Amino acid sequence: MSDRVPVLEFRNVHTHYGPVHILKDVSMQIFPGELVCLLGGNASGKTTTLKTILGMVVPSSGDVLVDGEVMTGRPTADVVMRGISMVPENRRLFKRMTVKENLEIGAYLRDDDDVEEDMEKVFDMFPRVKERLGQKAGTLSGGEQQMVAVGRALMSRPKLLLMDEPSMGLAPILVQQNFDIIEQINDAGMTVFMVEQNANMALSIADRGYVLQTGQIVLEDTAENLLANEDLRRAYLGQAD
Amino acid sequence: MNQMPTRRSATDLDWDRVRRWGIYAGLTMAFLSSIGMVESLDKRLIVDPILSLGFLALLWVPVAFGYAATYEEAKEGMAAPEKGERDLIGGLAAGLIGGLFFVAFIAIADAVDLRGVFPRIGPALIDLLTFGRGTAVGGLLWLMISGLLGMFGGLLHVLPVRVRRAVTNALTAVFLVALVEIAVVDIFESLRLTVISDWIYAKNGGVTIAGAIVVGALAALSSVRSEGDAVVRFRTRYATMEGDERKRFNLIAGAVGLVLAVVLPMVLGGLTNELLANVGLFLLMALGLNLVVGYAGLLDLGYVAFFAVGAYTTAILTSPLSPKWTPMLTLDFFSIEGWVVMVVVVAVAALSGLVVGTPVIRLRGDYLAIVTLGFGEIVRILFLSDWLAPAFGGAQGIRNIPAAVAGPAEINGTKPQTIFYLVVIFVGIAVYVAWRLYHSRIGRAWAALREDEDVAEAMGVETTKMKLLAFITGAILASFGGMIFAVKVGSVFPSSFKLIVSIIVLVIVIVGGMGSIPGVVVGSLVLIGILGGPTQPGLLAEFGEFKLLIYGALLVFMMLRRPEGLWPSVQRQRELHQEEILQDAWLKAEAAADSAGER
Ligand SMILES: Nc1ncnc2c1ncn2[C@@H]1O[C@H](COP(=O)(O)OP(=O)(O)OP(=O)(O)O)[C@@H](O)[C@H]1O
Ligand SMILES: [Mg+2]
Repeated sequence: MSDRVPVLEFRNVHTHYGPVHILKDVSMQIFPGELVCLLGGNASGKTTTLKTILGMVVPSSGDVLVDGEVMTGRPTADVVMRGISMVPENRRLFKRMTVKENLEIGAYLRDDDDVEEDMEKVFDMFPRVKERLGQKAGTLSGGEQQMVAVGRALMSRPKLLLMDEPSMGLAPILVQQNFDIIEQINDAGMTVFMVEQNANMALSIADRGYVLQTGQIVLEDTAENLLANEDLRRAYLGQAD
Repeated sequence: MNQMPTRRSATDLDWDRVRRWGIYAGLTMAFLSSIGMVESLDKRLIVDPILSLGFLALLWVPVAFGYAATYEEAKEGMAAPEKGERDLIGGLAAGLIGGLFFVAFIAIADAVDLRGVFPRIGPALIDLLTFGRGTAVGGLLWLMISGLLGMFGGLLHVLPVRVRRAVTNALTAVFLVALVEIAVVDIFESLRLTVISDWIYAKNGGVTIAGAIVVGALAALSSVRSEGDAVVRFRTRYATMEGDERKRFNLIAGAVGLVLAVVLPMVLGGLTNELLANVGLFLLMALGLNLVVGYAGLLDLGYVAFFAVGAYTTAILTSPLSPKWTPMLTLDFFSIEGWVVMVVVVAVAALSGLVVGTPVIRLRGDYLAIVTLGFGEIVRILFLSDWLAPAFGGAQGIRNIPAAVAGPAEINGTKPQTIFYLVVIFVGIAVYVAWRLYHSRIGRAWAALREDEDVAEAMGVETTKMKLLAFITGAILASFGGMIFAVKVGSVFPSSFKLIVSIIVLVIVIVGGMGSIPGVVVGSLVLIGILGGPTQPGLLAEFGEFKLLIYGALLVFMMLRRPEGLWPSVQRQRELHQEEILQDAWLKAEAAADSAGER
């Protein structure tokens, strides 16, 4: 594993919001084809980690590397150009724009001619999205919004897909569907980095996982080991199952 | 299926509502009289001897409020509201109540001398309002008039759609024909057909009675033959046009517009040309501000600063009265000198857009509005200041700005035609630029930015760059406006660049329809063309001192009733109204699919 170049690497990253220290010496690596999840409770710094990857927040020390190249301090557009895209927390569609316009923004930085083709691919994955193409995104149901949010992220042809709490606010059946789709996307070769609080579910499809606690990585292991880990069970998975 | 919920029975009137609207009507009429509107507008005749603009300003009130008092929304799943005598009674009652209040106002104004507080309420007003026949007769007449007009308002609900449309169209047509009197007279004069215009218009101004009857009848006839409201139908059709068809339509509309723009100034007189030039000047600014506010969603309240910068740059570069160290170029569009002026104007505008934009770009919403407001005033005060007076002339400004030149033609304010042509060219450029930008990647980025800045950034939209771009493009369009303004007026003073200009341009954009190019065109025509700009008269020049009042009232009305503007952009319309409709259509389709599946 170690001779491969990670798609994404954090080297001792510290992040601050003003004087407040959020990420504390975070190091991690995500390799091509992996499905890695980042577990952590509320306000542990998960969303901040994703924003740091995208360059929306600049680390106060340490480096973010994409394909082995230092991207620290580079504008978000550059990072997106390198093939990283995000499904934001709560999906955050452009509510008053149509589904189609949402997908088009996803392809904003592309200047090739295959955008239409990729849109077809999204429709293949989510036939419902095609039916709703002219509808205002804000009027979609929660499940449909999730589909459009994933479709929008895929429209930039990423090689690394970031997902911020994909199960948040969805009914249990939709959560399951959603994880199936993530697994499917990953099986098709996409590297996925997923932030979740729903540790059980996330670990069931992930290859590896990191556990973040008040901005520090406290655990790092394969998904099976994490699922079996007593400390983690107690902290995140609850007593049941 | 259970029975449809029924409404109140046909004879049951919502008296509360009738009373309320009646009182509103009376208070409105009293207000309009007490600010002196009736008196000042009385000079302008709409239909020669019987109706003046002043009385029209009063008479629409009982009609509209009688209509409102008896208006009932059609609700899905409920029985259609029954129409009938109830509406007539309601309208009549609202009108009578309104009339009563108004008569009371007249009586009080007659009995007590209110001139200390309301300088406009004097014997002249009373005389006018009582038709010179004393309070008793006048009051009775007003009760009758107001009641009948209120009933007419109620009657509008009862009339079959076609008849109603014929009536309203006839009235609107007469008003419009009276409105555009100066333009029509000009045109008929140039065509040497004064016979016709002399017959339609009376000598004192206004339509003759015979003219009014003919115009009204023609409008009524043409509307009876058509299906539905022509304007609405046209807009819907335009909104649903597909790519090629719309392109063709835009092309034809552009060509017609071009022909009109070339021919109109030749047949119109100086006053009308001046008016059109003003419309164009404000349209140019509104197109620019529309990029900033409508497209990128940045509420800029200091937009006049860029207009001022354009005007002052032109003045400094061309006027012999500007400081000695500055050049004295001619704005000759066919020579290198003119292009130098334009390039410098653009460069200075872009730079000032950058200077204003950079510090404020990180602010959002209200903060941005407040800070830009400040910047707008700072720029004006700088031009006004003694400190910079050696360069900008302080309160005296810069005078003697020479005419612009295009080949053999001189362009200046004494020949409004020439200014109009110049404005048309720049408006054409601005429309093209705005349209191209809107349909480009940049336009998409602006839309995303307006919706959700953070997500837009995460999608790779260079938010800072895009915002600055909007500011700079807007600034450049405004500076062209300023350049033309300087040439037109021949001098620039700080007092021409007050906050009110920013506000009026913003009102044009809002009333027309944010983010909509046709909307901005309609907005400029209606507001600047009819009402007039901050210091420029419109077709209803008599409105003069009441202009801002009408602007305000219109803005409030639009915000409450039609927040998407007169001609909304497709997107805005969706944002504000379509939500429910789409949701509905979707639910219905869903239900239909379900029941089809069950079978
Ligand atoms: N823009 C900001 N300015 C200041 N503090 C912030 C900002 N954004 C986040 N924080 C703080 O940083 C900490 C971590 O926030 P973050 O959003 O990364 O948490 P999270 O792990 O994603 O939580 P959740 O599971 O609730 O989404 C929180 O205490 C939060 O209040
Ligand atoms: Mg979060």
